[in-house]
Amino acid sequence: MTMQEFFAMGGYAFYVWTSYGLTLLVLLANVIIPVSQRKQFFSQSLKRKR
Amino acid sequence: MFLVPDVVVRFFHRMASPPHFYSFTERLMPWLVAIFVLLTAAGLYGGLYLAPADYQQGDSYRIIYIHVPSAWMSLFIYVVMAIAGAIGLIWRIKLAEIVAISSAPIGASFTFIALSTGSLWGKPMWGTWWVWDARLTSELILLFLYLGVIGLYGAIDDKRVASKAVAILALVGVVNIPVIHYSVEWWNTLHQGPTVTKMDKPSIHVSMLIPLLLMALSFKFYYLIALLQRTRLELLRRERNSQWVKTMVLENK
Repeated sequence: MTMQEFFAMGGYAFYVWTSYGLTLLVLLANVIIPVSQRKQFFSQSLKRKR
Repeated sequence: MFLVPDVVVRFFHRMASPPHFYSFTERLMPWLVAIFVLLTAAGLYGGLYLAPADYQQGDSYRIIYIHVPSAWMSLFIYVVMAIAGAIGLIWRIKLAEIVAISSAPIGASFTFIALSTGSLWGKPMWGTWWVWDARLTSELILLFLYLGVIGLYGAIDDKRVASKAVAILALVGVVNIPVIHYSVEWWNTLHQGPTVTKMDKPSIHVSMLIPLLLMALSFKFYYLIALLQRTRLELLRRERNSQWVKTMVLENK
């Protein structure tokens, strides 16, 4: 199987890769949001202390 | 409690203490991420590359490797949320309340993924993005239940009261879970019947089944990772006036 054939997904490239892309975005967001909010929590509480 | 080994009891007692939970999960995280990455890599390699195309659906069926595990997770997380909510309601364990509310956005995400990838699969296979049948409609109701839980929690300022309200809503919504699971058997629908969770042999070839199960397991680990991230954030916010959080802030960890 060539690279091109793999990405073509037998003509269903749009449906398959949109599904996988969307899933990746949603799953990434669910980890990035709490991690960045935790960093924010620390920097803000430190500011309040000073 | 005499049936549970002493070590296990002590482990849970320690885990119910917020500072212990916080530092333990921090040490656990790299291991969880490593297992998740390995499982996902193996699952995707098997599903997208090794497994053959379906004899009827061609390569479009490869959406199954995220659609089905997401749909399973949407139900699994709801049950976890309801049980954690009930534990919080009965024994007033703070950590159980936090696990319940932290599960809601992750469950909503998996429900959204199941619905949208299902739509992207339905368009080429059924010829339509959406039908108002029992499976799709009950899964959409599940999404609204999750959003209801998130909205209700945000609307009540006292978070201990909010957790009570949310637990009751989550418990009432449990009635939807068997409806979703059995909807493809109880009603006529465009949605295909179960292929894996059948009493007799699964009607799916091993080369397709193994990557599917790997992805299902990988999503379980993802849930654990995302849940712990949200749980730790919520814990810090609720405990911001306690000594252990103040110390950690000063150490800027």
